[in-house]
Amino acid sequence: MSMLSEKLPQGMQDAIQPEENAPGRAAEAVLLVVALALGFGGLAMVGYSLEDRLPDGFWTEVLVLSALSLTAHIVLRIRAPYADQVILPAVMLLNTMSLAMITRLEMAGMRGADAGRHLMWTSLSIAVACVLLLVLRDHRVLRKYTYTVMVAALVLVILPLIPKLGQEINGAKIWINVAGFSLQPAEFAKILFAVFFAGYLVANRDTLALAGKKVLGLQLPRLRDLGPILVVWAVSLMVLVGQKDLGTSLLFFGLFVGMLYLATERGGWVAIGMSMFVVGAFVAWTIFSHVQARVEIWLNPLDPELIEREFGGSYQIVQGMFGMAFGGMFGAGWGEGYSSRIPFAFSDMIYAAFGEELGLTGLLAILLVYLAIVQRGLRAAIGVRDGFGKLLAGGLAFVMALQLFVVVGGITRVIPLTGLTLPFMAQGGSSLLANWIVIALLLRISDAARRPSALPTRGQLATPPMNSGPSTDGAIEVGPGASTADRAAARQSMPSPSDEVTQMHVPIRNDGGDQA
Amino acid sequence: MNTTLRRLSTVVMAMFLVLMVSTTWIQFVQAGELNDNGRNVRKIYRDLGAARGPIVVGEDNVVVSVPIDDAYGRQRVYADGSEDLAKLYAPITGFFAVNGNTAGLERSANDYLSGRADSLWLDQLQNLLTGQEAEGSSVDTTIDPKIQQAAWDALGNYTGAAVALDPRTGAILAMVSKPSYDPNSLAVHSSGEVNETYQGLANTKPQINTDDGSEQFSPYSVLTNRAIDATYPPGSTFKVFTSAAAIESGDFTPDSEVPSPNGYELTNTGTTINNFGGYDCVAGKTKITLADAMRTSCNSSYLWLGGQIGKEGMTDMFKAFRFDESLEVPMGTVAGSYPGLDNTNPDSVDRIELSGMGQGDVKLTPLQVAMMSATVANGGTEMKPYLIKSIRDSELEVVEKTNPSTLANPISSSTADALTGMMIGVVENGSGQNAQIPGVSVAGKTGTAENGGHRQPTLWFTGFAPTDDPQVAIAVVLENGGNSTVDTASGTLAAPIAKKILEAAIG
Repeated sequence: MSMLSEKLPQGMQDAIQPEENAPGRAAEAVLLVVALALGFGGLAMVGYSLEDRLPDGFWTEVLVLSALSLTAHIVLRIRAPYADQVILPAVMLLNTMSLAMITRLEMAGMRGADAGRHLMWTSLSIAVACVLLLVLRDHRVLRKYTYTVMVAALVLVILPLIPKLGQEINGAKIWINVAGFSLQPAEFAKILFAVFFAGYLVANRDTLALAGKKVLGLQLPRLRDLGPILVVWAVSLMVLVGQKDLGTSLLFFGLFVGMLYLATERGGWVAIGMSMFVVGAFVAWTIFSHVQARVEIWLNPLDPELIEREFGGSYQIVQGMFGMAFGGMFGAGWGEGYSSRIPFAFSDMIYAAFGEELGLTGLLAILLVYLAIVQRGLRAAIGVRDGFGKLLAGGLAFVMALQLFVVVGGITRVIPLTGLTLPFMAQGGSSLLANWIVIALLLRISDAARRPSALPTRGQLATPPMNSGPSTDGAIEVGPGASTADRAAARQSMPSPSDEVTQMHVPIRNDGGDQA
Repeated sequence: MNTTLRRLSTVVMAMFLVLMVSTTWIQFVQAGELNDNGRNVRKIYRDLGAARGPIVVGEDNVVVSVPIDDAYGRQRVYADGSEDLAKLYAPITGFFAVNGNTAGLERSANDYLSGRADSLWLDQLQNLLTGQEAEGSSVDTTIDPKIQQAAWDALGNYTGAAVALDPRTGAILAMVSKPSYDPNSLAVHSSGEVNETYQGLANTKPQINTDDGSEQFSPYSVLTNRAIDATYPPGSTFKVFTSAAAIESGDFTPDSEVPSPNGYELTNTGTTINNFGGYDCVAGKTKITLADAMRTSCNSSYLWLGGQIGKEGMTDMFKAFRFDESLEVPMGTVAGSYPGLDNTNPDSVDRIELSGMGQGDVKLTPLQVAMMSATVANGGTEMKPYLIKSIRDSELEVVEKTNPSTLANPISSSTADALTGMMIGVVENGSGQNAQIPGVSVAGKTGTAENGGHRQPTLWFTGFAPTDDPQVAIAVVLENGGNSTVDTASGTLAAPIAKKILEAAIG
C-alpha cells in the first residue's frame, strides 16, 4: 500500500507528484541491519566455536556485505523507491547465513566448501541485481522479447546435452563448463521461461481459455494455440529423460502449469497438467534405473543395503536426516554440530546442515523468511496493474516456492531427492546469480505495484471517460516507444492500487494482444 | 487474475505447511529413533569429544578422558595406559570406540559418563546458565581392587571367569574374564585402525582343551565378558539348586535318604549315567542321605531327584531364582536356559533328570551361579547384583547412590540353612576340600560339566564364606579346563582358585 494514498484523503486538490515524496525506505534499512547482524553473528560464533577466534576473512566479509547491502539499498531508493521493503533484507539474511554456514564447513575441512568463492558470487549477483534495477526502468519492456526469450531458454536447456560442453555430475547432466566455471543453465532458463510464459499467456489467454471445444464439461484449448506450450512440455520431458533431472523438470513444468492457471483461471487444466507430469514421471520410473533407485531410497532410506550402496544409495539423505535429528528442537549451535559429515552440506544438503546447527527452530524461521519473500512477490503481482507484470511476478514467486518445495521436500522425504539447490543458501554461482536476478525483477515489479499514481480529483471523477476494454486487469500500456508526454499522461491516470472503486472510473486502455 | 493469484498464494501456504510438518517430523518426532540408529556416529563423536566422566574402582580413576590436540579434543585412557591393568578391568569398563562399538560401563553407564542422565539436571541447568561445557559424572563401581586382582592372578592362564558378590547387598566385588583385551587399543582415534583391531579381537577365540588333541576353539571371543555374557552347563554346582528345589518341596530334608546306585538309567532311554569315576558314592551303600549325596556329588542320586521334583518343580525354582531373565547390572546379562523354558530344547523326563545334575541343556552364567550361592548365604533372599555404587557429578557431589534391593526370595531361610550345612560338608569333608581356609568356615560346591565332542569338561567352584557371617559369595569357571590326567578335576583345579579369591575377600 502506498503511504501517500493512505495519508491523503481522496480527491484532494490536484494530482500528487509521487517522486517528490519518495519514501526513505527506513524500514528496509533497519531490517537490513538486523539481517546483517544475524548473519555476522553466526559467522563470528562459527569462528569462536571452532577455533576460538574470528574466522579468516571475517572483516572482509563484513565490509563487503555491508557495502553491497548499502549499495542495493541506495539503488532501490533512487530507482525503485516504492519497492517492497522486506524482500531485500530477507534475501540478505538468507545469503549471509549461508556464508556463515559455508565458512563453518570450510573451517571443518570439508572438501568443496569454499566461502571465498561464495562471497565472490554473492557480490557479483548483488551487483548484477543492482545493475538490472538501474537499467530496467520498467518491467513491461521485457514483453517485447517474448519469443526471443523463449528461444534463449530452449538453448539454455539444451546446452548441457551438447558433448564436451555438458558435464555430468552425480548422475545428472545439468551443468555446463564455461571457462572453468560449472554453470547450471536451468537456473537461468527458469527466469526466461517465466518471462516467455508471461508474455505469451497475457497475449493469448483469452483465445486459450475460450476458443476451444468443450469435452466432458472441460473447456480445451485449440491445438494451434497450444503450440508453444507443447514445445515447453516436450522440453521439460527432455530434461527429465536426457539430463536425468527430475527436479528441474518438475520446476519447469510446475512453473508452466502454475502460470497457465494464473492466466486462464482453468483449474481443470492444472489437473490435466499434473496428471501429464505424473504419467511422464511414472514412465520414467519404469524405464530408468536411476529414477527407480531414487524412489527406492525415498521410500526406505534406512535400509542398510541402500545406505551401503556405493552409487545411488541413500547415504546422503540418511546423513542429512541424522544431522537434522541431532539438531533436534534448538540445534547444536553454530559450529557445534557435525554437519561436515553430511555429503554436499554446502550445496544440495545445506538445509540439513542448518537443521543440525540451528535446530527445528532455525529451520522453521528460515522457511518463514522464504515464505515472506514468496508472499511479498505474490503481493506485488496482485498490486501491479498490467497483466504481464502480474503473470511475471506471480510466476517468479511461485517458481521460488516450488524450488524450495522440491529441495526441502527432497531432504525431508516428502518427495524423492533431486538435484536442485536452495535459493540464496546453497553454494553455487548459477543459483545465486539467477535467484538475485529474480529478486531484482520482483523488486522492480513491486515498485510498479506500489508506486502511487496521481489521485483523481473531483473533476476527473465527475467525467469518467469510460472506454475500458475486455481486460479486467486495467493495465495501462506504455510501450517503450511511447513519448515522455505519453508516460506522464499514463502516470497521471494510473489508478490507486488501494482503491478498486477508483480503478473502475479512471481511463483504461485495452491491454489486449496488441503486441503479440 | 487477482483471484487466481490469491488462490496460488493459498497453495504456496499449503506447500510451506507441508515442509514445516515434514521438517518437524524428522527433527522432533523421528529424532530419538534416528539418534539411536546404529549407523549414526554423531552421538559417539559428541560423547568422545565431551569431558567424559571417569570410572572409579576403589580410590582410583581407572578410566579418564585427557585433553589432546586432535579433531576429537579428548582421549579416553584406561588404567593410565598400563596394558595389564587395563585388561584386568576390561570386562567392567568396556571400551568406547570411534567406530561406534561400545561395551561395559562405557556403554551402559554412558548417560552418566557423558553427563546427560536425567538425574544430573541440576548440573545441566547450571551449565546452560553459566555457558560452561557440560562435564560427565564419575561412576564409582562396587569393585574391590584387591579381590579383582586376586581373582585375576588366581585364574592364571585358564580361559574362564570369576565373580565375587557381597551376598548381603548384591554388590559385585570382582568380575574377571580371561583371556582379556586392552581397551586402550580400541580407544585410538582412527576408525580404520579401530575396525581392524576390533575385528581381530572379535575373531580371537581361545583354543580349548580336548581329550583327543583335536584343535577346537571357544565359542566366545576375548571381547566377551564371560562372567555375564557367556553361559555354561553348571554341572554339579547345580546340585545346590536341585537340593534347594527338593527341600523347598517339603518332601526332603538333608537327612532324607535318596538312592545312590552306581549308574542310573535315564527314563525311557536305556542310557546309563555313571557316578564320577565309576565308584559308589558312599562305598557299599545304595541309599544315602541327601547331605551325603551333595558332599560326594553323587550323580545317580541327583538324576533320581531331578525326576522326582519333575519338570514343573524344577522350572518353577528356575524362575524363582530369576535365572530365566536378563538383568541390568547395569550391563545387560544373558539369561540362563532350562529345557523347554522359552526354548525348543527337549524337555522329556530324561532331560529333566539330567538337569538334576546340571547337565543336558541347563545353562547358567558364572554370575548366576554366584547368585545361587549368595542366596543361600543370605538366608534365602536373593539380592539384585549391581556394579555402580554411586554417581558423582563434576563437583564430586553424590547425585545418585545405589540402594541394595531384593531381586527375589526363591527359598526359605530354613532351606538356606540346610543348604549351608550341606555345602559346608562339601568343603570340610567332600569334593571341595581344596577350598578350605584355616580358621574360616567355607561352604561350597564343585562342578564338572561335560561338554561332549571331545571337549574337556568345564570346571566350576561356587561357595561363600565365612558361613556364620557371609561376606562374599563366588563362582569360578574354567572353560573346558579339565584335564583327563587329573581326577576330580573341579576339586583339584577350580577349588584352589576359589580359595584364593575368598581369602582376598575375607582377609
